[in-house]
Amino acid sequence: MAAVANMPVSDLLKSFKLKTKQQELLIRVSILCLVYILAFITRLFSVLRYESMIHEFDPYFNYRTTLYLTQNGFYDFWNWFDYESWYPLGRIVGGTLYPGLMVTAALIYRILHFLRFAVHIREVCVLTAPFFASNTTLVAYFFGKEIWDTGAGLVAAILIAVCPGYISRSVAGSYDNEGVAIFALLFTFYLFVKAINTGSLAWSLASAFGYFYMVSAWGGYVFIINLIPLYVLVLLITGRYSMRLYVAYNCMYVLGMLLAMQIRFVGFQHVQSGEHMAAMGVFFLMQVFYFLDWVKHMLSDTKLFQAFLRITVTCAVAVGSIALGLGMLSGYISPWTGRFYSLLDPTYAKDHIPIIASVSEHQPTAWSSFMFDFHILLFLFPAGLYFCFKRLSDATIFIVMYGLTSMYFAGVMVRLILVATPAVCLISAIAVSATVKNLTVLLRSKNKGVQTGSTKGSSSSKASSKALLDQSQPFQKNGAIALLFGAFYLLSKYATHCTWVTSEAYSSPSIVLAARGAHGSRVIFDDYREAYFWLRQNTPPDAKVMSWWDYGYQITAMGNRTVIVDNNTWNNTHIATVGRAMSSYEDEAIEIMRSLDVDYVLVVFGGVTGYSSDDINKFLWMVRIGGGVFPVIKEPDYLVNGEYRVDKGAAPKMLNCLMYKLCYYRFGEMLTEYGKPPGYDRARGVEIGNKDIKLEHLEEAFTTSNWIVRIYKVKPPNNRW
Amino acid sequence: MAREKSSKDNAKALFHSLRSAYAATPVNLKIIDLYVGFAVFTALIQVVYMASVGSFPFNSFLSGVLSCVGTAVLAVCLRIQVNKENKEFKDLPPERAFADFVLCNLVLHLVIMNFLG
Repeated sequence: MAAVANMPVSDLLKSFKLKTKQQELLIRVSILCLVYILAFITRLFSVLRYESMIHEFDPYFNYRTTLYLTQNGFYDFWNWFDYESWYPLGRIVGGTLYPGLMVTAALIYRILHFLRFAVHIREVCVLTAPFFASNTTLVAYFFGKEIWDTGAGLVAAILIAVCPGYISRSVAGSYDNEGVAIFALLFTFYLFVKAINTGSLAWSLASAFGYFYMVSAWGGYVFIINLIPLYVLVLLITGRYSMRLYVAYNCMYVLGMLLAMQIRFVGFQHVQSGEHMAAMGVFFLMQVFYFLDWVKHMLSDTKLFQAFLRITVTCAVAVGSIALGLGMLSGYISPWTGRFYSLLDPTYAKDHIPIIASVSEHQPTAWSSFMFDFHILLFLFPAGLYFCFKRLSDATIFIVMYGLTSMYFAGVMVRLILVATPAVCLISAIAVSATVKNLTVLLRSKNKGVQTGSTKGSSSSKASSKALLDQSQPFQKNGAIALLFGAFYLLSKYATHCTWVTSEAYSSPSIVLAARGAHGSRVIFDDYREAYFWLRQNTPPDAKVMSWWDYGYQITAMGNRTVIVDNNTWNNTHIATVGRAMSSYEDEAIEIMRSLDVDYVLVVFGGVTGYSSDDINKFLWMVRIGGGVFPVIKEPDYLVNGEYRVDKGAAPKMLNCLMYKLCYYRFGEMLTEYGKPPGYDRARGVEIGNKDIKLEHLEEAFTTSNWIVRIYKVKPPNNRW
Repeated sequence: MAREKSSKDNAKALFHSLRSAYAATPVNLKIIDLYVGFAVFTALIQVVYMASVGSFPFNSFLSGVLSCVGTAVLAVCLRIQVNKENKEFKDLPPERAFADFVLCNLVLHLVIMNFLG
């Protein structure tokens, strides 16, 4: 046995009597298996540190709907009207969600149950995102193989397995649409590029199904339906079109559009919305273009053809522009909606739609975020672009366009770094693979020794040159070795950075907070779940809870009570009503609360623990959103000289509004920090201004152990004399 | 006067040369072209009907028109793949092209039946 262990790897493989091609296949398959497992386990930090639970806010809604789906079946799920949110309006859940994620998780759950693994649906939901991240690495391998070669595919797989830009939205517990959607996006693009390369109807059909899966999974499918027509247009303009392009695009567009319209949430947008018109325009353009091409092929006389061309083009342009103009003027074709329009004009949301502007993920990206999420890929990306331009083909043009457009959008909105990640990984993989290939070719040239220079950077540093050096090029070989060592060093630094980022920044469940105690021990704040379970167990089942919209999904999923507004934010006026209630004096607020049948009010307060994402820090957004609909709420009333304060110098309206009173009730007697007066707010770092708070229409029902969540009961009106 | 005459002559010459060039195409391609023409004609009839009576069940209108347009487009793809003059597809056996065509049409009409309402 010891003798076997001492043999080098290649001799071991030779002992299996494998040929070189089979050796290579074995190495490739084992690398892919390891990458698959790596992508899964690097996302498990929070499961190991805390427990297997759903993170953040939106995933709780997805979890609740998946639970409903597994308990009640698809028909009830598709036609579900939810009474427990947006009281008194309710929500048509079946028609306002993207079902891809829930159906996928339910399918996995049913398969596991069929195989007699009795897992709970929550475990399936928690681990869906890492599972699909592993599948994404496989798709990245095949895509890289399609664009460049197998080496680039392998590097792409390993780069995307650990890239923080993707990990941020696909850790275990982050049960959100993006976890599945990025897999669907890359899969659709791969199938489409394959269809363009082969010109086969079968691959185009597959890409249409891939597009259908993407539409069912995420609202970001608009990116696909705009990028692909743009790509087709670029190919047409640069003269690289071919018959394969016609087959691929048309089959994918018609079948994809039809399949996409089966999702109720998308509805007829593919023919009515301005965001989808580019695809239709390119479709008609293609018909005209190829028709003209066919006529030109049939006619031998060019002069006649010119005449024909002139007539047809003028007719087509006239008809097209008339149709488009009529559609837009009559309002039939809706213009670009706020969410996507703010991508083209980043200042639009701040002025017109405060709800979109208030979400922290929608802010423009800072350079530090790019470095944090991409690390070395940031400079490998332009290098990869260079290689792609050197070898232009249909596939490389596509990946270049995908990379450039997605990088632009990633610069506009932080959240869209996620969409750029696959493109950046693929293009960087091309750079790495091409460079390492060139270097190892230098090493292997005129040298009969055995070289283990594989195309994967991290293992090729072991390649050492033998004694038979070619005397005419000693520098080249040494330079190549040095550069290979450099590449290995960079890639290992990348891996370290990604693991560190995953561990420190992207593995927190947001619903459970952790901090370091005085002696370095870990302190866990589980206040959110404490409050929601108190609600579940101590309030009547038909109680209605008013809180800011951030917590709506969690309250309905864990507290199982009806809420007034939640994260879906589909009704701005309803949210503005809640914002107005929170910003008014108690007497005005109680009128609004009685009109909405509110029984309990829930606020989040970080003054005792120093938690900075609490409602007092979000309060100005409540004022802005409320003031956007009800002009009686004016933002300057709450500021002093343009400054937001909660201490003695704060504005009187601020010191007496409902949110202030609910957060700081009884806080004036609380000693939070050694050496500071009672009522010292640790999150704002000041002593509060109004310590003597009396509540007239509400009474305190529950405050969690660290004062993070506070619940108040609305008192019934007094008996009349 | 001369320009008018020459443009009319132009149009006639155009029409004649197109006709003669088209007559040279093989019979199987002409059958596919007939099918495409029939599908587009059906789509036009549906649009005219919609313009006269309104588009109330919009999903039905869309599914009708899109089934015609879809099958026309797929037939054109089949024609491209079967045409012997296309060098890119010379390795593709026409039976495979036809099988792909049938499969895509099957999917198309299944989705249309779901969408018809």
